[in-house]
Order: sequence, then C-alpha cells, then structure tokens
Amino acid sequence: MINPLRLTSYVLSVLMVSWMDQPSVRVQPPQLKGSRPVEKQTEIAVIRDYLQSWKTLQAAFDQNQSALLDAYFVGTAREKLANTIKEQESLGIHTRYLERTHDLQIVFYSPEGLSIQMIDTVEYDQQVLDHDKVLATKSMRQRYLVVLTPSDVRWRVRILQAQLD
Amino acid sequence: MRFRNAALLAGFALTQFTFSRAQDAAMKLPKTIVAGDAFSIQTTGSGKAVLYIVGLGQALRRDVQIGESASFPTGVLYNAGHYLAILVGPSSQSTGEFDVIAGARPETLGFLAKPSRLPVGLHNGISGAVYVFDAYRNLMTTPTSVSFELSVPAGAVQSRSVTTRNGLAWTEMDSSTKEGTAKFVARVGDASSTRIIEEVPGEPCRIMISAHPNGNKLEVQTAPVRDCSGNAIPDGTVVTFTQSFNNTQTTVDVPLKEGVARVDMPANKGSRISVACGVVAGNEIRWNGGQ
Repeated sequence: MINPLRLTSYVLSVLMVSWMDQPSVRVQPPQLKGSRPVEKQTEIAVIRDYLQSWKTLQAAFDQNQSALLDAYFVGTAREKLANTIKEQESLGIHTRYLERTHDLQIVFYSPEGLSIQMIDTVEYDQQVLDHDKVLATKSMRQRYLVVLTPSDVRWRVRILQAQLD
Repeated sequence: MRFRNAALLAGFALTQFTFSRAQDAAMKLPKTIVAGDAFSIQTTGSGKAVLYIVGLGQALRRDVQIGESASFPTGVLYNAGHYLAILVGPSSQSTGEFDVIAGARPETLGFLAKPSRLPVGLHNGISGAVYVFDAYRNLMTTPTSVSFELSVPAGAVQSRSVTTRNGLAWTEMDSSTKEGTAKFVARVGDASSTRIIEEVPGEPCRIMISAHPNGNKLEVQTAPVRDCSGNAIPDGTVVTFTQSFNNTQTTVDVPLKEGVARVDMPANKGSRISVACGVVAGNEIRWNGGQ
C-alpha cells in the first residue's frame, strides 16, 4: 500500500529538484541589424536546441564522454569541445558546469537561413574535479558568442566561444 | 638536556609551521592572452604544486615549483575562451581566471553562400555570410573588413566591402544579366574563399511562332526562345502548342532543341494555333490555307 503522504512528498521533491536544475532563461528581442527577421517558431526551436546543447555539454564534460556532444554540436565547436574532453580524460580530471542563468539575444539570421548567431550571457558554476576530489569551484559570468546551423532535425551549435565583455 | 630537546622540538615545530605557511600557493595571472602566444604565470610561495588550466576550449596540467614562473611556450594554449587556473599546492590552493582572445591575423573564412543555382537578373538573389577565423579556428571578433566579389565571364563584376560585427559579415547581391558560372569570392587580407554559382536563364520573355505548309501538314516552329536579358532558354524546356479547330482542341508538348521547338500539325483551314512556355503565352496564328 502506497502512503499518499510519502508519494506526495516524493513527487514534490522530484519537482523541486528538476526545478532547481533548470537555469533561469531570459530572452531579449532579436537585434538583427538588417538581416532576415526570425520567425517565432524558428526562435523557439533555436533557443530550445541551444539550451539542450548545454545539458549535453554538461554531461559530456562531467563524464568525459565526447560522443554525448554529437546530437547538439557540429563542426568547430564539436571538435574543440571533444578535444578538451580528451585532454581532461588524459589528465584524470572532469568538470561540472552548472548553469544558473542564460540571457539570450539573437543578433543575426542569415538571409538563406543557414546560420543564426546569438549572444548568451551565462552565469554558471565551474567545478573541476580530480577523480572525485574537488580541486576548485568558481562562479562565472561569461558572454558567449554562439553560431547555430540547421541540421535534419534540430539546430546544432557550430561555434561556442567565450568573449570579453 | 630535556629542556633543550623540548626547545629544539618546539623550534622545529615552529619552523614547520612557518614553512607550511610559506607553502601557501598564490599566482599572478595575465588578464588576457592572445591565442597561441607564449605566456607565463608567476607563482609565489614555496614547494611543489600542480597548475591546472581548464576551460571549454582546453585543459592543461603542469607540475610547477612554487615561487617560480610556469612558462607556456607558443602554440600551447590556443583556443579562445575563458579559463580557470587552479594552483594546487601541498597544503593550499589558489584559483584565478583569465581569457584567451583570438589572434589578430585572419587565416580562414567560413563562407556560407546560397543558392548554388539561380536565374539571371534576380535582385538580391545571392546571399553570402562570412565568419572570420584566426589560425586556430577562433572567431575573430574585432571589426574586420571583408570584401565580396561576384563575377561571371564577360560580365560586370559586383563588389562590396562589409565590416564584421561579432566576427560576421554578410551581403546580398543580384544575379547578373548573363548566364554562366559565377564566382562568388569573399576575401579578408590574404585569406579568401570561393563559391561557384550557376546563373541560368530566367523565364522566356516572349515566344513567337511561324507556320509553313508542307503537304497536308503545317510545320509550326518557334523563333529562338530567350529570356528578357537575351539568354537562350535551355534545351529541354517544354513548349506547349495548342491547335483549336471546330470546337476541338489539340495540345502538343515539345522540348526545345537548339533553342527552338518544332511540331507538325494538321493544316486545317480555319484552325488557330497558339503557343506557351511556363507562364508566358506567345502569339496566335490563324491558318487560312496560306492566304
């Protein structure tokens, strides 16, 4: 017999955990400076896929599994991130990126629809671990330039580069 | 004697404590480093430590002697981004952050151009976006001038100069009036990238037919079919001939061959023959037996 009180408490705690895992996301109106306007559906899809790319990035860097990047990263971004994961693995370290906020703005949508550029100011905690020992944890606030290109089923990140503010 | 030993022990313990304190690792980090450049990190304290440099772009580890500077030669840290430096000493650790920025010299271009084939005379029909990278495939975000050039053999050259914003420059260009293989070139300094674009004739501008009797047949033929810029419409394009006679209508589809379409139709006196290709209708002939 399931105790309804315990079940409710379990559901609430799951909801709390999943709510706490979600970063807060702020999307500013696109600032396109003359390039093609972004349809609402495209904007929603791009942001959804980009935020999901961070989830796969987190898992890939925490588990040192570069194959996890494949679904959401392509080209230069995928190559560079995969190489870093390889380096982490050889050094015996792994990194946890815990995103807290995203402040997003689309700044370019190419006329032919082949690329979208976004600026994302991300607040996150970076925790570096040597096996299970925490070496350091640092809170970061960083501006990223992101370029996404469409693939068969989703937008994938082609460039992800931190910028000086 | 006991007292002396105790004092020595106490002194040794004190020395150890002082030494341990002296092992507190600290470092002085540069604020920014140009991708691929040599750099060094000055450490203070004493003893041995491990220095980690970790970011999304790279992960490095160095065994260092605290109190000395850890040197990184050219080409070791080359991916632009934000990095966390961690100096792990025997009894303490120190952390810091710094940025690696893209180099100043453009080396490669990511050139996205579309379409690869289009009709002539289309306003803003061709678009190109260029991302400018340094030698390590870092996006160069300092404003840089990109020149775009679209040319067809024996045709006028269109050129534009656009300054990058966030590492990107883009433009739109008209397809030329002459059919042919166009070269779309983006150039920044010594770096360039070329895309080939096929410019094909547009829709026919007008179609003219003429008819000549041949026994009980009429030989109906178009004049060479061209677009409004004078380019020949490609062979294989279908032309539709329609003959109306006594409330009946006969339609024949004929592909262009060497720029013209020909068909034999019954030489019915009083019949009307018309022609069309795509959305363009041509002239109409009323056959009165050659009168």
